Amino acid sequence: MANDPSEKVPPSQPPEGKAEGAPVSPKAAAPAAAAPPKAGAPPPPKVVTAAPIPLDNELVQRLEAHFGEAIREATLDRKQAIVLIAAEKLREIARYCRDEEKFDMLVDLTAVDWPKREKRFDLILILYSFAKNERLRLKAHAGENERVPSSVEIWPAANWLERECYDMFGIVFEGHPNLRRILLPDEWEGHPLRKNYDILKQDTAWVRENLGIESGQ
Amino acid sequence: MSDSRTNGSSEVVTTVLGADEIILNMGPQHPSTHGVLRVKLKLDGERVVESECIIGYLHRGVEKIAEHRSYQQFAPYVDRMDYVAAVSNGLGYCEAVEKLLGAEAPPRARVVRTILTELQRIASHLLWLGTHALDIGALTPVFYCFREREEILKIFEKYCGARLTTHAFRIGGLQYETYDGFEEEVKRFCVDFAQKIDEYETLLTENRIWVGRTKGVGILSAADAIALGVTGPVLRASGVKWDLRKAQPYAAYDQYEFDIPTREAGDTYDRYLVRMEEMRQSRRICLQAIEKIPTGPIMAKVGKVLKPPPGEVYHSIEAPKGELGYYIVSDGTTQPYRVRVRPPSFINLQAFDKMARGSLVADVVAIIGTIDIVLGEVDR
Repeated sequence: MANDPSEKVPPSQPPEGKAEGAPVSPKAAAPAAAAPPKAGAPPPPKVVTAAPIPLDNELVQRLEAHFGEAIREATLDRKQAIVLIAAEKLREIARYCRDEEKFDMLVDLTAVDWPKREKRFDLILILYSFAKNERLRLKAHAGENERVPSSVEIWPAANWLERECYDMFGIVFEGHPNLRRILLPDEWEGHPLRKNYDILKQDTAWVRENLGIESGQ
Repeated sequence: MSDSRTNGSSEVVTTVLGADEIILNMGPQHPSTHGVLRVKLKLDGERVVESECIIGYLHRGVEKIAEHRSYQQFAPYVDRMDYVAAVSNGLGYCEAVEKLLGAEAPPRARVVRTILTELQRIASHLLWLGTHALDIGALTPVFYCFREREEILKIFEKYCGARLTTHAFRIGGLQYETYDGFEEEVKRFCVDFAQKIDEYETLLTENRIWVGRTKGVGILSAADAIALGVTGPVLRASGVKWDLRKAQPYAAYDQYEFDIPTREAGDTYDRYLVRMEEMRQSRRICLQAIEKIPTGPIMAKVGKVLKPPPGEVYHSIEAPKGELGYYIVSDGTTQPYRVRVRPPSFINLQAFDKMARGSLVADVVAIIGTIDIVLGEVDR
């Protein structure tokens, strides 16, 4: 079983760097097919090289006007808006999005682990506006021992979602009223959705402790 | 008596109980918790002062599993989340991956998907109605509901060989053509079903005990529902007219006429009425769809090895329980780098505390039932 995904190299850039706009057409394959095939040479790897589409709509302009440098980047990936923000400004930006931009519902809050990156976590907030029927994805980078601001006071929905995020990734949310594990038992060690989490080690320890035998894995 | 626990910062939180207060544990083995949900109630006599849901007993690490499977291999796993609405789970996942690939299922596949998903919604609501009524003490509806649900499961079985964890759809479309007589069977079910819903309603809607047990119980205001991220019938019963099938149509929903039932009071009775009406609307969609299923291929050309270009996508559908979303990150390999499931049951369950505070212990059973959770999806 491939249980050590830390070996899995993330794309050379963080994912938002490779964002793409429209549904992808296999354009990249075209030049490869046009080039005369060299005997014995391995076929060139099929890489989709569509550039990320920078997003510059009115919403992004308003956000930039308000928060300046804290809005790092805005892109469009598969027609979905993603705004990369500075983690320390998360609460202010979230509040602005809710009150001024009418993103009244926090749909989801989660994270993605990129262990090779300096700040390994992407914190993702998916927002929805009933008034505009529009979604917005806020993204912030967070380091391993960094505390990120909690959004519970802005969207109470964040309560369990941040607990799950803490449980699975070990991201600590500053200002969360009750930051405990939610899906796993309190005494659980490690955070399973981190890429370097070893499932087998956990299993061996659990079997030994609870069943009193050696795990057959 | 006190109850201590630790929080993330390892400081000890202690709950001090008043003279008449007790802590009562409901579950995880309790017939009315619909699975392994444990609710810790702080009671003042018969009144709930505070509640806490303790979940995770059914956690299988679905999101971690996804990182070690190819896109196609992971598809059957999603059926095991909301296992009473497996078809809806599959639709959400397949459409999300298709979006990531930039592919689209052919029209025929989209219509068949819509029909099966709407049948699944009826089946899911029937299971909810039967068990919810049973919890509150109405014994009869569960037999009727299972009778009709059985007809739907038979259609699924004939279509793809499985009744519950169907794996009915594939990324790019469908694996199976519809069987001979599919249209007639769906049509017969839908035509007969209209009268069946009326039958359920004669048992409950004006039943004094039912009304007494549900009206004014577990009230959730629209503002609270939105703040807590609640979606689906629970949100609509609080007066928010919002349904993803209309707001951001997927599959073939933009081709059909249907209404979004809403109610104002946001109590258990209203959620009951909303779901009853939703079954009628699902039936209406099925009848329209079955009339003209386009001919043509059922599978788009997506290739056998799926390697979506690097990037990410969020796609969500209106599952029977609310907004079911998939956030998938691709790193360009055959396995997803990250799959996040936005589970409607998990997020709706968070509203439980709001709804239960101040109610009687007996009503807790009604409130758990009315949120319509499936623990397989809450815990994943």
